Amino acid sequence: MELQHGIIILMGIAMILSAILAMVVKDLISSVIAVGVVSLFASIIYLLLQAPDVAMTEAAIGAGLSTLIFLYALHKTKDAEEEND
Amino acid sequence: MIKKLFAAVLLVFMAVMFYQLYSNITEKSELSGVARGYAERGASELGTQNIVTSIVVTYRGLDTLGEVSVLFIAATGVAVLLRRRKEDEEYAAPSKRQSSEILQTGTKLLTPIIVMFGVYIFINGHLSPGGGFQGGAVIASAVLLLFLSDVNYKINHGLFNIIESFSGAFYVLIGILGLLLFGANNFLDNRILPLGEFGMLLSAGAIPVIYSLVGLKVGTELASIIDNMKKD
Repeated sequence: MELQHGIIILMGIAMILSAILAMVVKDLISSVIAVGVVSLFASIIYLLLQAPDVAMTEAAIGAGLSTLIFLYALHKTKDAEEEND
Repeated sequence: MIKKLFAAVLLVFMAVMFYQLYSNITEKSELSGVARGYAERGASELGTQNIVTSIVVTYRGLDTLGEVSVLFIAATGVAVLLRRRKEDEEYAAPSKRQSSEILQTGTKLLTPIIVMFGVYIFINGHLSPGGGFQGGAVIASAVLLLFLSDVNYKINHGLFNIIESFSGAFYVLIGILGLLLFGANNFLDNRILPLGEFGMLLSAGAIPVIYSLVGLKVGTELASIIDNMKKD
């Protein structure tokens, strides 16, 4: 039980650190990946807190699909910027 | 300067608020109120092994219908904003880089397994964690893998639209069937089909049917969002 608490607290700290990283880092692609990492840690915490249904949703949508959709959106906007120059 | 001061004040305010919330938490040893009712009655009344499913699909079924509608509106909005125009397609796309051999082979191997896992998740929604939304998202990630491995991959829009519309329509029809058979207050009642034996795959009345419809709808919607987002 104590070990599980320790793991959850570590995961929470890792979540906060990657969230700060997402804001601070200059490269947008790295920022998107950092946001995905936040979701991944969140889904592990949900699993440890006995909420497997929410954990599955968070892993599939938060960490998987939305990261890729952000990457696609980034790609699209980058092309538009080049055309305008 | 004022911006930074404002941010600092906001941070302190939020810290105080969260500390208040945190300091008032007392661990409960037993359920109370409506949660207790769900936990006690869910299994015997609706025949679901997973109580979360009985809440999501039946007790709070109207909310789930709302969620599905929100996703539908979001997908439609993306389609309207980012739809490829006819003349765009006529231009020969500049030579796109093929994806790596490893990704192509891995996709061939993994796609059927991922789709199968998604179907497993939503068919077993009443028995194990997961359900329509999760299964649909997993299926959409299989489609995403296909897009990543083959730059020229195109989904069959006609088929996807038919699946999406029919599953949405049948979902509402099942809900109305509950109204007709059991009277008011019974929208989306799962007892329109026999409850069956507790814990079996074909049990819990209409819940596997509803979750399969939701899974198909979410899967096709997310896949078409990805298709519209994909750069061409």
